[in-house]
Amino acid sequence: MTRSLTLSAAAAFVLLALGALVLPDWAMFLFAMALAKGLVCLGIVGMMRGGLVSFGQGLYYCLGAYTATLVANTFGVSDIFLLTVLSTGVCLAVGLAFGPLLASYRGIFFAMLSLALSMVLYGSLSKMSFIGGTDGLNIAAPTFLGWAPEGRALQTALYLYVAVMVVIAGTLMRIYFDSEQGLIALAARDNELRVEYLGASVRNVNTYSYVFGAVLGGIGGTIAVLALGHVDPEFAFWTTSGEFVFVAILAGYLSVPSVFVAAIILEMVRSFSNLYFPNTWQLALGIFLLIVIVVLPDGLGSLVRRRKGDAT
Amino acid sequence: MTTKTKIGGAFAALTLAAGLATPAAAQDDTFKIGVITFLSGQAAESFGVPALNGGKVLIDMLNQGGQLPAPYTQKGFGGMTIEVVEVDEAGGATKQVQEFRNLVQREEVDAVVGYVSSGNCLAIAPVADELKAFTILYDCGTPRVFETGSFDYVFRTAAHATMDNVSLARYLKARDFPVESFAGLNQDYAWGQDSWADFKGSMAQIYPDAEEKTALFPKFGAGQYGTEISALLRERASLVHSSNWGGDLQGFLLQATARGLHERSQLVLAAGDHVIPQLQDKMPDGIFLGARGVNGLAAKARGGELAELTDTLWNAYEAEYEAFPVQAPFRMWQALLGLKTAVEKAMAENGGKKPNDEELAAAMEGLAWDAPSGRIEMALAGGHQAIQPNAIGTTKWNEAEGRMELVDVEYFAARCVNPPEGTTSQEWLAAGFPGAQCD
Repeated sequence: MTRSLTLSAAAAFVLLALGALVLPDWAMFLFAMALAKGLVCLGIVGMMRGGLVSFGQGLYYCLGAYTATLVANTFGVSDIFLLTVLSTGVCLAVGLAFGPLLASYRGIFFAMLSLALSMVLYGSLSKMSFIGGTDGLNIAAPTFLGWAPEGRALQTALYLYVAVMVVIAGTLMRIYFDSEQGLIALAARDNELRVEYLGASVRNVNTYSYVFGAVLGGIGGTIAVLALGHVDPEFAFWTTSGEFVFVAILAGYLSVPSVFVAAIILEMVRSFSNLYFPNTWQLALGIFLLIVIVVLPDGLGSLVRRRKGDAT
Repeated sequence: MTTKTKIGGAFAALTLAAGLATPAAAQDDTFKIGVITFLSGQAAESFGVPALNGGKVLIDMLNQGGQLPAPYTQKGFGGMTIEVVEVDEAGGATKQVQEFRNLVQREEVDAVVGYVSSGNCLAIAPVADELKAFTILYDCGTPRVFETGSFDYVFRTAAHATMDNVSLARYLKARDFPVESFAGLNQDYAWGQDSWADFKGSMAQIYPDAEEKTALFPKFGAGQYGTEISALLRERASLVHSSNWGGDLQGFLLQATARGLHERSQLVLAAGDHVIPQLQDKMPDGIFLGARGVNGLAAKARGGELAELTDTLWNAYEAEYEAFPVQAPFRMWQALLGLKTAVEKAMAENGGKKPNDEELAAAMEGLAWDAPSGRIEMALAGGHQAIQPNAIGTTKWNEAEGRMELVDVEYFAARCVNPPEGTTSQEWLAAGFPGAQCD
């Protein structure tokens, strides 16, 4: 199991890295953004396995992005590794503070409470005109351990960086999903009471999932803001969080790689529908989403998993 | 564990599809511009769609050639046919950065003209420089774009928002309007907050004794202002300032006039002209309003040397869309005419070839040209930020002809209401407009 996991992680990385060679500039940026958002969605998928859906992952996406931007602008730090560690640290701390609280809620209450937290951040940032208010802030391009690439090299470096993050995060989450705690989460999805009677703590498992989601959100937000060069409070707005949930639903909770494929598909569909139907792109996007939900209620992951007859 | 490899197959297919979708290379006899503005959402009705419509009217006339008075008689841009790729600005800065890259790298446009939202302008500018893509910001207001950054390939062909509120305060003074106190109602986001700060700063200089009363910031898109209007009625301020736009402004005006706020306090609107086509006679008489430049009714009332250019575009727009052009089409016109001037200047210098981004940027820097909204000068931020004249007027419904007129219009020279080079708007306001040239 471990060996095949290592192998598939290596294969996934090679595949992603190949993208750096064949993708045109615009697509490389689109893929990098999609993969960064995919990291956030992976956090939601982790919670979905335990039957919880967070409508507030924008909180960590935004928190990570703002931490990176403020640190970069205040202290002149531009190293991508340092920025990632710092903003992930902040998200981890906040996730640890809210995780135990939110872990006692289920269903719509969990969704609404997580949404409320992210909207608090949105509202506060919108009021803070000294850091740009609703217009947001710019951040300079990142450096990689002292190396400051430009143009295509910068895009390639960012893309490879996010690819590495995706492979590491994907592998670790797969290990977590297949671990004892991860399987307890899956069981709790079916019958929480029974799991509790068997002596496991669903609350703990949910806290873990939430904290992992926070960390992934922070990493995703940091990479996204470094690629974009701009952050605004929209990062924490409910529509942003809703998009993450949509990708998670599109992917389903069965397979890790499908999360990233779903994120890329969504970005592609949006980009092309925006170009070909400038007046009705939302409609095109909506129709696409409806079709996916009707045809694949368990998400993209079910395409692969169903065939194997494997329930996990 | 074959999941990854299988999903990987799908991924590879996607990659391939992405690689194959190559753009049609731009021809030498066409000039391809990406036009980004709001086609959906709140700003579409007020700014995005009128601007795009105005752009279409102008581009059609340019592509036919010979429809406009001198110096715009040449066909297209320097003889090249203009081709437009439209993109919707709705969806936030993240999406806009992505779309901008797509326009430049996938569609290979020759220039980008766009952006109403200040947040989008701030986000796009560094990306445009990174891609070395010639970009015109045609509408957005925040002074921060060039006051906190400097860009080689980015130009804003409209004055920033400081002008709007300085002009309002100067108008009050020019009309000898007595101001004992003033209150404000602005949308609770950067535009509303900045506008109120600018207005307050201008009033502090021009009416130092006026008392500042309540400043209300209802949510963007609130639509209902019952409580705010009650508060304003109670305050009895001499004037009430608002930079609201679109549905928010329509809602505020309809609800405020029903309760007589406009009779108790003078209403002054920083950017109010664009709701006249929707409100018609529901817009009360006697409101002081600006149009973020000598745009719309103020341009029509001005006449003078630019009357022929203004009327030609005005009539074409009115014939096509059965409404008169408000501020948004004027800003699109000044952007496109500026681009045309820059392209033709660059072609005169490079021997008639289609100019590249560097040549365009060099030609645009410090350029000056005539637009229906007056003379546009790229005077600030090292020749990257325009200044333009402004006008404020008073609404008056013409019962006989069934249309709104602007009376008692005061025109302000560009250098009277815009800060000079080398100082930020906030410093300029705080210092009492040093270097302002008001004739």
